[in-house]
Amino acid sequence: MNLETVKSEIEANVPGCRLELVANPSPSAQHSLLLDAEHAAAVALYLRDAPGMRFDFCSNVTGIDWPGKEVSQKVKVRKLVDGVEEEVEETRTTTIPGNLEVVYHLYSVEKKHGPIILRMRTQDRDAGVHLPSLTPVWRSAELQEREIFDLFGVLFDGHPDLRRLLMWDEFQDHPMRRDYVDPDDFEYEPTAHDEVLQRAQQHLSQAIPMQPSEAEGR
Amino acid sequence: MSTATLPAASFNLEPANEPGMDQLLEIAMGPQHPSTHGVFRMNVVLDGERVVRLKPVFGYLHRNHEKIAENETYLGSMPYTDRLDYMCPLTNNWAYALAVEKLAGIQVPERAEYLRVITGELTRLQNHACLIGFLMQDMGASGTPLMYAFRQREIILDLFEALTGARMMCNYMRFGGCRADLPAGWLDQAKKVVAEFPRFLDEYERLLVGNEILMDRTQDVGVLSKELAVSAGVSGPMARASGVDYDIRKVDRYSIYDRFNFRVPLGSHGDVYDRFMIRVLEMRESVSILQQAMRDLPAGPIVDPKTKIRGFRPKPGEAYGRIEAPKGELGFYLISDGSPNPYRYRVRPPSLINLTILEDLCVGRNVADVVVILGSIDIVMGEVDR
Repeated sequence: MNLETVKSEIEANVPGCRLELVANPSPSAQHSLLLDAEHAAAVALYLRDAPGMRFDFCSNVTGIDWPGKEVSQKVKVRKLVDGVEEEVEETRTTTIPGNLEVVYHLYSVEKKHGPIILRMRTQDRDAGVHLPSLTPVWRSAELQEREIFDLFGVLFDGHPDLRRLLMWDEFQDHPMRRDYVDPDDFEYEPTAHDEVLQRAQQHLSQAIPMQPSEAEGR
Repeated sequence: MSTATLPAASFNLEPANEPGMDQLLEIAMGPQHPSTHGVFRMNVVLDGERVVRLKPVFGYLHRNHEKIAENETYLGSMPYTDRLDYMCPLTNNWAYALAVEKLAGIQVPERAEYLRVITGELTRLQNHACLIGFLMQDMGASGTPLMYAFRQREIILDLFEALTGARMMCNYMRFGGCRADLPAGWLDQAKKVVAEFPRFLDEYERLLVGNEILMDRTQDVGVLSKELAVSAGVSGPMARASGVDYDIRKVDRYSIYDRFNFRVPLGSHGDVYDRFMIRVLEMRESVSILQQAMRDLPAGPIVDPKTKIRGFRPKPGEAYGRIEAPKGELGFYLISDGSPNPYRYRVRPPSLINLTILEDLCVGRNVADVVVILGSIDIVMGEVDR
């Protein structure tokens, strides 16, 4: 099914929704549609129920972390230098804000077509990590959205049971984020060496003063 | 066990608020329980023998496979995919290779496609045979059916060992083909194994299909409706037992499955018995695919010579590739940013997603049925927890 036609069909039938076609340059040519969070549930319902679409099978749901990055660019600007206007090259750094992305792969069991790939993006990676849950539309998103919440930290509004899936409930961070730092816990290393040994010594010196002989013995 | 000491993930039982709920008992089935096929826990609320609520608890085997793969080269993750569903390493290899081939636009030579189909279908045979054995074991038919299945599985694992060097951790597929060609005499041996497999199936069926105890324990137990199966993303034999006509080998026609003549068995009741029967029938179809593939196996190269092994860097982009693994739809979603490691590596685990409906199937049944229902879903914890 052509993604362009799907896009125009959705735009005609879901009033007010803003869709963006995300091109995929790889040979797989699996392009996707970027939804706005506000109309995501309506679009999902349309894709599931409209007779031409019937994307009733939500196969895969996953998250992607795009951390913010600084891009420096060389720009030529005209400036007054010592009273004379000159063209000067300046380096400007702009910060591209990061976000978390959620991807849904939809197929149709009834019509045997697909995939249609939907994406949603959060506002940022800190406070604005809310996205609407599509579990009310496709039950198969239930465990997978829990996993995304667990590993990426996306909060799905309207999810019936948003708890951690793989990590334990008391766990704090989200391990699949790119800037996740392992906890300073090296007890898994029975014979610590190199960096691990340094970290071990540092850690232990904070807790209990370490004997030199003990440190050598490690 | 008192409800007060349970962690926050368990139920908030307020027996006084609902009439008849004052006799409830919450127990943790697992993580160390013979019926859970690994380390898996179900928090079950029981009213006598009857299940009132059930919540699965995951993560005991979690090692963040996806994160590890993102810090590894594309090829470096290939042996690690063996450990996902460790009963079926070859189909895991296949799904991953397929996704990378889509991402990088790699063609696979014809002989390699045949080798993939042959090893993939052999994997399906041994997986389904063992699943039925485990299911019988869960029902209390201790030993005999499982040992029949394991005897047969061992013969197939011998073939894998001769071809790949390992019984279970095969690491056989490569991007654009397979790692090794068939050793001398392998094909004759495999033809013999496949020719003798229907005899094992006959024997197995005679032992089980009409068995009165089996029918009593499985018919009308754990009924999954067609609508719920589709909505919950249930795939593979489990969905087809509920009458969902969806086999990725037929729908996507990936690899060379359009060349083989085979049927897709469908169930009508969606109960445990149908799930068991679907596997028996699928094994018969797999035997037929194997016979056709072995008959038509062409000569030629087994790997695309243009594919780079060192310094393999796909162009930026993304791809989702999926196959019909023995347990359901196994998919890999990869994003490349042009570096030697995948930027994002995602496994779509059929075992985990098939567990979404576990509570729906179990509520209202007895505890003993929970064991049978879980057994019929066919999970491997290496894949569920990743």
